[in-house]
Amino acid sequence: MRGRPGLITSYRRDIALFRTGTQRFWMVVLLVVAAWLPLWMPNDWLVPAAISLFAAIGAIGLNLVTGYAGQVSLGHAFFLGVGAYVAAALSTETGPGTRGLLAFGFDMIIWLPLAGLIAALLGVIVAPVALRLKGLYLAFVTLGLVFLGTHLFQSWKELTGGAGVGRRAAELNLLGYRLDKDGEVFGLFLTDTQKIYFLGFVLLIVMALVAKNLARSRIGRAFAAIRDRDIAAEIMGIDLTRYKVIAFGVSSFYAGIAGALLYTVTGFLEPTSFNLTLSVFYVAMVLIGGVATISGSIMGAVFVTMLPRLIDFAAEYLPYDPATGPLNTGQLEAIMFGLLIVFFLIFEPLGLYGLWIRVRNYWKAWPFSY
Amino acid sequence: MTHERSLAAYLKADRLDTSGPLLEFGEVHLSFGGLKVLDNVSFHVDPGELFAIIGPNGAGKTSMFNCLSGVYRPQEGTIRFLGTDIIGMRPNKIAALGVARTFQNVELFEHLTVLDNLMLGRHLHFKYGTPAASVFAGRARREELANREVVEDIIDFLEIQQFRKSFVGFLPYGVQKRVELGRALAMEPRLLLLDEPVAGMNLEETEDMARFMLDIRDELGIAMILVEHDMRMVMDLADRVLVVDFGRPVALGLPADVQQNPDVIRAYLGQEHSVIREGDS
Repeated sequence: MRGRPGLITSYRRDIALFRTGTQRFWMVVLLVVAAWLPLWMPNDWLVPAAISLFAAIGAIGLNLVTGYAGQVSLGHAFFLGVGAYVAAALSTETGPGTRGLLAFGFDMIIWLPLAGLIAALLGVIVAPVALRLKGLYLAFVTLGLVFLGTHLFQSWKELTGGAGVGRRAAELNLLGYRLDKDGEVFGLFLTDTQKIYFLGFVLLIVMALVAKNLARSRIGRAFAAIRDRDIAAEIMGIDLTRYKVIAFGVSSFYAGIAGALLYTVTGFLEPTSFNLTLSVFYVAMVLIGGVATISGSIMGAVFVTMLPRLIDFAAEYLPYDPATGPLNTGQLEAIMFGLLIVFFLIFEPLGLYGLWIRVRNYWKAWPFSY
Repeated sequence: MTHERSLAAYLKADRLDTSGPLLEFGEVHLSFGGLKVLDNVSFHVDPGELFAIIGPNGAGKTSMFNCLSGVYRPQEGTIRFLGTDIIGMRPNKIAALGVARTFQNVELFEHLTVLDNLMLGRHLHFKYGTPAASVFAGRARREELANREVVEDIIDFLEIQQFRKSFVGFLPYGVQKRVELGRALAMEPRLLLLDEPVAGMNLEETEDMARFMLDIRDELGIAMILVEHDMRMVMDLADRVLVVDFGRPVALGLPADVQQNPDVIRAYLGQEHSVIREGDS
């Protein structure tokens, strides 16, 4: 079309990931900025930033099953825990003295996919519960999974080191290359945290892309159909069993991968951390970021993970100091979460993603109102 | 019009050449506890026929649809579709045999666009699986594009082009009904069940819907079962009419014969009165 290069004239372009050049341009800008940030960020910002990338993978997983397929799951912490411990057990125990912990000494190329796959397998085993139960009832059964998990992780001392003791997280040894040690990469000196950040960065791009592809395919459409009207979906020929199993399987795979890597940033695994609170944090990421959006999951995860740091940062410029005041950072964080979830549920059910769409639409039309 | 013809060619392509009836309901009984919902209902639908079911509220019309699409399971009787007994089959298996339906209360996927709703109607015509979906290239993209073409033909056929990318939850009721018909058509069914397609519509929307139904029968050759309260529409469009009351068949035959039937008049009006005058008013 002459004079209108932006006009979409084929279905192929209509279903493309980035429909316009503008979208592609800003995505490149975003990726360049995200890759440049860790090069100068101080470590107290870089650590939560790196964690947020892995959390984003986990949040995408929860959004697939809960946001897209509508199967409310409070059991995400369990699958994160499974991923974390499968990875740690398959990897090398490097702590002071092995203390008889399970450690098979495999390379990351083995333990990372297996952490995802074993979590996925457990997800597939749990999925049939979702065939019988919906909504709140399903949420309660998946909640049971978290209690089961916490008990298992605390009592299986050979795997987890036991409550209050813990073990080291999986060792980032990729084909003999140490990602958890300072060193030069392509002539550029990187600290261990910077390396881990880049690992998360690359992995998140790949896994977000896969999730986005699933979401815009027949699979994602079937998920949404089951979420909106399951009986109508079945009458359209959608096999509910099959798609619920796929939803739980894929979601748990993402949780497994996220769990395996989340704790490598700080290097330590505590069995009591895979509790209900952790599940609620992921639900918060999905709700604050945006239900049934991939980019929203990432925004939500980054926001929720960075929030404690942001509160500390804001405290420097406010008269209130969380270090000495009656409410510490953790308590402020909990209050903020509660307020934010209520705020988003009432005012912007599409979360940060919805806010972003509003801002975008405003500037698209600027300086006109419509 | 070329689009309609290409759609017709597409949908007719794999139509089975069945000599016998398309659907047979044989002495079907359905009850919930002590409540008899369907009591000895028998009828058949021929290929390409527009078969109407009428009856007062609670007569069991929608229950027949629910038996047919596998939501309810009748206790006795047979339901044969293309010679296969479908009682006890899962709804998605029955859909795969070629039964599509619309609902009395619109049952669209409200958080999705019109396009996605129609693409969901094409679900059974996709072959690619999860691995192909995760890369969204090659086969997956080819299938998406091919099915998009069919869906676009249906959008043209139903004249809903301007709503293509709208979320169905925000569309007016009449358009939603039309999208629901489109979603059922997208399945390329052999039998289409329409549950009150014009309920709550104004005259213009009703006329449009009637036109679509005639086009579906005459151009696409799809058999339909129509449940409807709009008596004039039923009498104008249907090839044959089944009247039910309290789950029992009252009359079955040509529209002209059925509306003269004294049992039908009694069931509908409870007194001596002409159905046709009621419809004309």
